[in-house]
Amino acid sequence: MNKLTSLISGAILLFIYLLVQLLERQGILLAYHVQILSLCCINIILVVSLNLINGFTGQFSIGHAGFFAIGAYASAYLTVTWQVPFIFAIICGGILAGIAGLAVGLPALRLRGDYLAIATLGFGEIIRVIILNTDAVGGARGFSGIPKYTTFGLAYLTAIITVVVIRNFVNSDYGRACLAVREDEIAAESLGVNSTYFKVLAFTIGAFFAGAAGTLFSHYLQYMAPTPSQIGFVKSIDILIMLVLGGLGSITGSVIAAIVLTVIPELLRGFAEYRMIIYPILLILVMLYRPSGLLAGQEFSLASLAQLFKGAKAHGNHS
Amino acid sequence: MATTAELMVDNLCVQFGGLKAVDQVCFSLKPQTLAGLIGPNGAGKTTVFNALTGLCPVSSGQISFCEKQLTNEPPHTIARHGIARTFQNIRLFNNLTVLDNLRIAYHQNRQYSLLCGIFRSPRFKREEAQITAKAREALDLVGLADKSEHIAGSLPYGEQRRVEIARALMLSPKLLLLDEPAAGMNPQETQTLLELIRKLRDELKITVLLIEHDMKLVMNLCEELFVLDYGHLIAKGDPKSIQSNERVVEAYLGGSWA
Repeated sequence: MNKLTSLISGAILLFIYLLVQLLERQGILLAYHVQILSLCCINIILVVSLNLINGFTGQFSIGHAGFFAIGAYASAYLTVTWQVPFIFAIICGGILAGIAGLAVGLPALRLRGDYLAIATLGFGEIIRVIILNTDAVGGARGFSGIPKYTTFGLAYLTAIITVVVIRNFVNSDYGRACLAVREDEIAAESLGVNSTYFKVLAFTIGAFFAGAAGTLFSHYLQYMAPTPSQIGFVKSIDILIMLVLGGLGSITGSVIAAIVLTVIPELLRGFAEYRMIIYPILLILVMLYRPSGLLAGQEFSLASLAQLFKGAKAHGNHS
Repeated sequence: MATTAELMVDNLCVQFGGLKAVDQVCFSLKPQTLAGLIGPNGAGKTTVFNALTGLCPVSSGQISFCEKQLTNEPPHTIARHGIARTFQNIRLFNNLTVLDNLRIAYHQNRQYSLLCGIFRSPRFKREEAQITAKAREALDLVGLADKSEHIAGSLPYGEQRRVEIARALMLSPKLLLLDEPAAGMNPQETQTLLELIRKLRDELKITVLLIEHDMKLVMNLCEELFVLDYGHLIAKGDPKSIQSNERVVEAYLGGSWA
């Protein structure tokens, strides 16, 4: 069963990729559409990695754009100045963001709740202001001339890797320790879980993937501007909205919300300025009717779908 | 004497500001004793537990366990040395399943590395199966084998208490601290609990120290009692001698036990 479902999942994922490639070649999907799809993948990486910190470990961080920015700028600097291979740049972007996560997490994760949120928000803004004042990465003019290395396939693959790694992490003893810290730190400690270690670990892993997402982003748009909406708190809030909408502690919820909230603003372009009203109304409606997010801590999987189907069938036979 | 003391508490003081919650308490426990810590509300019983498990700072004095100094070590280190506990106000991981509650507690015995977990190596699978089996075994012991997939917070109170005990057992502790395990239980549940605690001591060779207000349970179960009042240890000894101890009767038990 387990092997079968992962085989089917793999086949579906491959099919989606081939479908996009085919449709693009046929001219049905325009560059604009492929760009949205790639942004979906990048947002999936961001939201799922934030979910590890906020959803699974319960540490309310709103500085995710800071790690994203570190990855985006550091990797762009590497590829522009030293022409390093892109794969290497992605890993470097991730590692640098991870180191930043470690450096910020160690002191900041002593704080709880609102205080941690403010501290991480502050960290994100510090990163943005540092970038704004660093001439080597364009300063206030923005960083232009970044080579276009990111393809849809690469973003897609990275998103899949992120989801699989974080899912496996969460379902291991390490992930359980993080859940324990979220649920009750005192009980976790009294069961031998070093809560500080696991908070910092989750923070570092989350930051690593945010950095990788940043690398993909800067090498897709080929231009980075140090504005709040691209690398500042507005970006952090965007990721947070996707996370909350999908449901804290649900990876599939994060994936769905990342896709939906990347696509909806594009669909609403026809409504011009009204989209600024429609979009928040949609969010309010979802929060009213699904206050704990679309999937509310549950996971959607082929196995559960099969079970549901089996249950329905058994029920049907019964009556 | 063949068995020396396992837990040694020497001149333990815990001070909150100007209040001495625990004042110069000395006691020791031999391996596999069933001991009770009793006393009126606010006497400092739970504070002693918190000091033993590292949840509140020790102002002065020493705690040693199996000849290791554990004074003011962090709680997770103390847990690793084999002291497990339950809480007066149950602290289960309410949103997780009973099985996951127990599996978390096997944390310190996990051998596989982070990468093994992420790549789901054979070692990871083998160990996870082992952890699950161990958790089911512990659930079986407390008689909750059929509740493994239930969400912990949805269980009735008495069962939550037993899940908490099972979870503590996942640490393979040498010393188990139970903070009012019978609180809110009916007489029948209390009787089951009494048998369970005896079984833990006899089969798993665990030392048990419990805080309890149900004197019937305490007098039937415990072999040694420590009585706290206003942070002072006012008496220690077997249940018989405690029942006839004048200070204890005056401070806590009342006339009917004399």
